[in-house]
Amino acid sequence: MYATRYVRPRTFAEAADFLHRNPDARPLSGGMTLIPTLKQRLAAPSHLVDLSRLDELKGIRLDGGMLRVGAATPHAEVARSQTVTAAIPALAQLAGLIADPQVRNRGTMGGSVANNDPAADYPAAVLGLGATVVTGDRRIAADDFFTGMFETCLQPGEVVVAIEFPVPDQASYLKHRHPASGYAITGVFVARFGAQVRVAVTGAGPSVFRWSEAEERLGRSCTVEALDDLRMDPAQLLDDVHAPQRYRANLVEVYTRRAVAALAAPK
Amino acid sequence: MNQVQLQVNGQTVAREVEDRTLLVEFLREHLGLTGTHVGCDTTQCGACTVNLDGVAVKSCTVLAAQASGGQVVTVEGLAQGGKLHPVQEAFVQCHGLQCGFCTPGMIMAVDYFLRECPASLDDEAIHTALEGNICRCTGYVHIIEAVRHAARAMYPQVWGEAAARG
Repeated sequence: MYATRYVRPRTFAEAADFLHRNPDARPLSGGMTLIPTLKQRLAAPSHLVDLSRLDELKGIRLDGGMLRVGAATPHAEVARSQTVTAAIPALAQLAGLIADPQVRNRGTMGGSVANNDPAADYPAAVLGLGATVVTGDRRIAADDFFTGMFETCLQPGEVVVAIEFPVPDQASYLKHRHPASGYAITGVFVARFGAQVRVAVTGAGPSVFRWSEAEERLGRSCTVEALDDLRMDPAQLLDDVHAPQRYRANLVEVYTRRAVAALAAPK
Repeated sequence: MNQVQLQVNGQTVAREVEDRTLLVEFLREHLGLTGTHVGCDTTQCGACTVNLDGVAVKSCTVLAAQASGGQVVTVEGLAQGGKLHPVQEAFVQCHGLQCGFCTPGMIMAVDYFLRECPASLDDEAIHTALEGNICRCTGYVHIIEAVRHAARAMYPQVWGEAAARG
């Protein structure tokens, strides 16, 4: 990788200040995406600002109907957390499906969400649960956060501090894993809040999106049958060596039905 | 340049290195601990797996500076007083290697999996535990046997022959 400078701020305020003063510096969390990117010389930040030890970005807690996860929480910690498993088991299961054990020991929720890889898993949970992304500067609704492939509405120097997930009545996440990388060729997160159902799809399009036709049908009847003859339009989906558009559209239909069926299964 | 200080296999080490130095480079080139291997350099194969602050990580994807202040265990740190660790012994007994290139990473991943008594030793549990490690030679059959062999040795009450007989 190109030469760079590693800094380890002691507080979040110090980190945020450093990032604002050094516009070519980049935040470093688990590094499971950024370090490989640097090794391929696809980026050359002036500094790497290590967020992984900051207390302000740590912790998992349940406050009434809201599950708050610190941005620096590794996937392995979310996967084995009793708090997450009790409140939103689908979120713990999702975390356990990311990559492999070694990567889960380092990769973090904040890093995944801020990066918005089209094949990442957490964006489906954030959008599917209608979560709030809490940054150092503001609170951002999930519906506003993900703006394009590898793009979010985060401003330069703005850092994700935590994600707040409302606790649903039921939720599930199923994905079609790429056999080598484990990335989602398609992943669907379904969550039911009373009569309202949210369906978030990752891996199939340039960015995570809500399948509003499916949400409408499921809002009237939250059953697999309600999705009969509902087709996903392939036109907006990704078309590449891993899967052509029509296959991705099929995966979206299949995995949405499976995710709804998984909602009904007993805990 | 960055002053990196680590405990490696129980010994304190300190070196001044470029900030961009990977942990695997630090271990291999600065400390001469060449048991940890660089296989793919793209975070896939797991040949670079070490234990950092209690958890298995891919050292080709961690900067030495990120690890500074912490504790690292490499494959060289498993055997105690000339006696092989049960995981190493299992790989010998079960012929869990051919060329041996993936083996240090496999052993470190298995060591991490078996640090606590596993709830299951079925195929799915072991596949999941070793999902971050790729072997080109063995077809994994004897590696999986080695995991079970080590678990039986390390947790005889739960996984030993007597436990199996009930």
